[in-house]
Amino acid sequence: MELLIQQLLNGLTVGSVYSLVALGLTLVYGILHIPNFAHGALYMMGGYVTLTMMNQAGLPYWLAIIISMIVIGLLGVLMERLVFYPLRDAPPLHDKIAAIGILLFLEAFAQFVWGADYQTMATPYGNVVNVLGLTLTMQRVLIIVSTIVIMILLYFFLKKTFIGASIIAMSQNREGANLVGINTNKVAMMTFMISGSLAALAASLASPINLVFPGMGHLVILKAFVIIILGGMGSIPGAIIGGYILGFSESLGATYISNDYKDIIAFVILVIILTVKPTGLFAKEGQ
Amino acid sequence: MTEVLKQKKWLILAIAFALVFPFLIPNNYYLHMMTISFIWMIAVYGLNLFAGYTGYLSLAHAGFFAIGAYTLAILTVKAGLHFWLAFVLSCLISCLIGLLVGLVALRTKEHFFAIYTLCVGYIIYLVIDKWDNLTGGVRGFIGIPAPANIGPISFQTPVSQYYLVLFFLLLVVFVMYRIIYSLTGRTYIAIRNSEDLALAIGISTMKNKLTSFVLSVFFTSLAGALYASFIRFLGPDISYISVMFDLLTYLLVGGIGTMAGPVVGTLLITFLSQQLQFLQDYRMLIFGPVLTLLVIFYPQGIVGGVIRWRAKQAEKSSNRQAQTVRTANHFVAARHSGNEKQVKEG
Repeated sequence: MELLIQQLLNGLTVGSVYSLVALGLTLVYGILHIPNFAHGALYMMGGYVTLTMMNQAGLPYWLAIIISMIVIGLLGVLMERLVFYPLRDAPPLHDKIAAIGILLFLEAFAQFVWGADYQTMATPYGNVVNVLGLTLTMQRVLIIVSTIVIMILLYFFLKKTFIGASIIAMSQNREGANLVGINTNKVAMMTFMISGSLAALAASLASPINLVFPGMGHLVILKAFVIIILGGMGSIPGAIIGGYILGFSESLGATYISNDYKDIIAFVILVIILTVKPTGLFAKEGQ
Repeated sequence: MTEVLKQKKWLILAIAFALVFPFLIPNNYYLHMMTISFIWMIAVYGLNLFAGYTGYLSLAHAGFFAIGAYTLAILTVKAGLHFWLAFVLSCLISCLIGLLVGLVALRTKEHFFAIYTLCVGYIIYLVIDKWDNLTGGVRGFIGIPAPANIGPISFQTPVSQYYLVLFFLLLVVFVMYRIIYSLTGRTYIAIRNSEDLALAIGISTMKNKLTSFVLSVFFTSLAGALYASFIRFLGPDISYISVMFDLLTYLLVGGIGTMAGPVVGTLLITFLSQQLQFLQDYRMLIFGPVLTLLVIFYPQGIVGGVIRWRAKQAEKSSNRQAQTVRTANHFVAARHSGNEKQVKEG
């Protein structure tokens, strides 16, 4: 029983990180219809920027995370301007391949600048807390809490602010949004900004319990794709719920099935879903 | 007729060059490079048939390459089958797996298909990586035999292996050519251009997509089996996503959806990366942006660009021809009327 609860807590931690990454991915897909294969590279870059800010500039953990979110957000904007904007009318094959090109470049870049080694990120929240007989590191508590805070903030941003409303409007109908005077270019840049920041935050939170290395984005991005298909491509609540579902099924699968094959679980789920329903679960009608 | 000969001229030249290459440059290193790039070309032809002509981006092809390679390795080493029997079987088994994957994957469209196949590719990688007993896991698979003799011909030397791979490459090019310029190939192109339209004019898109997918898996796994018997060592890395990206780069640089694209792209990139040896792991610093810029500014690739340029030239010259014909007609007409006048006067 205790093991089960411990694993559920682990699932909550892992699921939080997945949800953050999937949120960014689903925002971009829902609004711009780009499956951004380079999102994993943004995640990886986020981890490295935070690490550099802490080690090189000697900044505290939180400040480093905020700087990293801004830098990666801008990197996302740059990506949109330089690559996806020119390709907005191209056949769908093209933006996928272009995204792969960016991914390759950023990975090689990280390897060039920071080396191929696995690096650890120090955290001021390394101490262990005991809650009702369960051991939990502060970092894990931090991940869970800050993810929930960010999700609530994002919700209010989208629902209560004008920019948020225009993002929602554009996701519903691009031409329509343009007609009523929304600057769709600005919204597209804003979307990439948020998406990049979320990826950077997720990486910075997860790095102290995982590691930082050039290939760290691979598995995460693949799982994020699984999550957004699970939750309906472009749906924000879907990405959050999907992230937690995947987090739980992985940590339970690792305990009760096999630790070696825990990474396959996500893909098996996806294969089953798409076999039963080729448009993904909860797909919007008419898409 | 001369036009056909003109087109074939390059093909004949290329084949002749490939045939005399081992004698022209008797250097084992370059021979090795050439053989490896021939193997990649076969794999890229597989990808080209499906991505270039049928219009679906499959990101699982590195996985099928690895399945071809590993099946050959397992069948020869673990099951002790005769090499050529194992060779044929490994292609057939890959096709069977491809058929099963295709049956499910092809019900999805566009982005979903790409993501689905990306995940299938990753599953293949994880299985190879984790299934120690069968595949050797991260340690890799060693002791794969070289191709067995066919009658008196043995394939122990690098030169003979070069010719073996060249033979398969030419076979694949020939088969590709026959497919593309047949009704089947035209059907694939129709599906690429508009699946709904193809469906509307009575093409069974599912059946055609499936055959195209299985055929492309066949080519790619054939390349994998050749790779295994040539390198004779396998690691899980050959099924990793980066190999998939290499294949895509070869295809895009050469020209997606063209017959000569895979050859041009693969040769150019493999030799360029040899020249850029000092970059080693960082070659993607250059190839990543190249891939992206290519897709933005020059999506038709080198061969596609040449074809377009030629078409323009042909159009120009045909315009000129039409003009000369028109003036000639005028001249003739003028003379005719002149004759008539003369007759009248006469």
